[in-house]
Amino acid sequence: MVTLGHYLGLSAVLFAIGVTGVLVRRNALVVFMSIELMLNAANLAFVAFARHRADVGGLVFVFFVLAVAAAEVAVGLAIIIAIYRNRGTVNVDEINLMRW
Amino acid sequence: MTGYAQLDLAASVGQILPELVATAAFLLAVVVDLVSRRRKEAVCAVVLAGCIAGLVLSLAQLKAGQSLIFAGMAAADPLAAILKAVVFLATGLVALFSLGSPEIRMSGRGEYYSLLLVVAVGACFMASAMNFVMVYLATELVTVTSCILVAHAKDDRRASEAALKYILFGAAASGVMIYGISLLYGATGTLSLTGVSRALVSGQVPGLVAVLGVVFVLAGIGYKIAAVPFHFWCPDVYEGAPTPITAFLSIVPEAAGFGLLIRVYMLGFGERMGQGWAAAASLDWPSLLAVVSALTMTLGNLGALHQTNLKRLMAYSSIAHAGYILMGFVALSKTGLNAMIIYIIVYLFMNLGVFAVLIGLSRRLASDQIASFRGLGGRAKFPAFAMTVFLFSLTGIPPLAGFTGKFYLFAAVIDAKIYWLAIVGALNSVVSLYYYVRIIKAMYIEAGETEGGPIQLPALYTALLVALVVPTVVLGIFWGPLAGMTEASLRFLF
Repeated sequence: MVTLGHYLGLSAVLFAIGVTGVLVRRNALVVFMSIELMLNAANLAFVAFARHRADVGGLVFVFFVLAVAAAEVAVGLAIIIAIYRNRGTVNVDEINLMRW
Repeated sequence: MTGYAQLDLAASVGQILPELVATAAFLLAVVVDLVSRRRKEAVCAVVLAGCIAGLVLSLAQLKAGQSLIFAGMAAADPLAAILKAVVFLATGLVALFSLGSPEIRMSGRGEYYSLLLVVAVGACFMASAMNFVMVYLATELVTVTSCILVAHAKDDRRASEAALKYILFGAAASGVMIYGISLLYGATGTLSLTGVSRALVSGQVPGLVAVLGVVFVLAGIGYKIAAVPFHFWCPDVYEGAPTPITAFLSIVPEAAGFGLLIRVYMLGFGERMGQGWAAAASLDWPSLLAVVSALTMTLGNLGALHQTNLKRLMAYSSIAHAGYILMGFVALSKTGLNAMIIYIIVYLFMNLGVFAVLIGLSRRLASDQIASFRGLGGRAKFPAFAMTVFLFSLTGIPPLAGFTGKFYLFAAVIDAKIYWLAIVGALNSVVSLYYYVRIIKAMYIEAGETEGGPIQLPALYTALLVALVVPTVVLGIFWGPLAGMTEASLRFLF
């Protein structure tokens, strides 16, 4: 039997993997994918809670997150393409014209 | 919970007139961009008209009372109205700044101006959100559109680098925020701010979940107001973005972010206690925010000390000012919130003023480096004088507007008996004098190149500078009406 706890555990693990990816990966595309993982961890938690509480609010939120994430990725990928054209790399360590 | 009246859908539409007018102006601007020949000027005129209409309609809402609109998604109240007015005023000024800016002219596209309005609409909804769905949507509308604006000069390496850092930080911060929201939703079963507050007060929420939710939500809001430790994007984005966009980012998302902070933390995570507000249940977020405030202003000021690029210096300065404004929130009192709003308004004039000088002179200055300001006092008398006024005002020296703002902030913190924070703030103000005066010293004392001869500022920028210097000086001497207006706009909360 899959309980609310299982879903939340999976969601917490996904979120942790996402945060780790954002912090340690150096490729801008992979960082973006890790951010998607964080968003989907939150989505999973929302859906699980919505079912547990028999409330549609969480499901509605998930729809908005999906739509906004798509818009965010559209802009993000456009920026990554612009970076690649200007610099020939998408490695965030090499994108360092500006320093402290 | 304060007495919000629930409005039905038809009545709600009437409460978002400023946003509707701004959206209509945006759509019109897109069409004008397609058909007009002098499109940059035409689009800018449409956007300006939208901002002026938005400003007037927002000011008209100041006395309109308080209501929940669209089934509790957003609020129409005087606090939202005053922040909307700030947003539209700043957007209109930035649209004017951009007209003569070489960085914007190079790319020569009209959509730049129309996107300013989209950010403004998002900022308005941030300032009036009453439900976490609205909090998330409005924040993302501002973040994503701001990223497009930062990346606007797409052949500029620095601009695209700044945009990448901005969107990566923004997306990660909002990811953390919605995870926090999902935990709060699970624990409370509601997404409305007042519902979350009720659940927290009733004590049915497990402590750990509540703490995680409150801290994670701070990531999303802290990113918008550039509070430590969510400030890392700020220096790079300020330096890399086109200067008018830097000016825009320094005030519009920040003002809206503070509006959101007040709403989410006071109405969502707080409860009303007699004449004031306190944190709900056992959460001690005011102490957390006090520490964040102290760290933000200290790191901002220390970071600014050794900067040689003026835009980067202004980034650290804006981090420091976010810390000062947070001081007012920590007090959680009417005087504290009043001080925040006054400071945001005053900050609008003095900070946009610095950028107006920078943009107006950008054709004649070699770079954004402080070194290129050397000898400016002799070559460009009025801009150098205006710059001096703005910088002294940012430091908080009387009789300028910045002093009024700081006076209210410190009074509120001392009133709330948080003496250590007031001392940290006072020491920070002293530190900030050093780096602001360094610019003034470069302009007046250090010898610079003289072969360029006197610099004539374009008429548009002279007019803008006058329009920004006057309130900076007047509000330092005669702030009664402004303070009265902001205080009246907060009365409904206390």
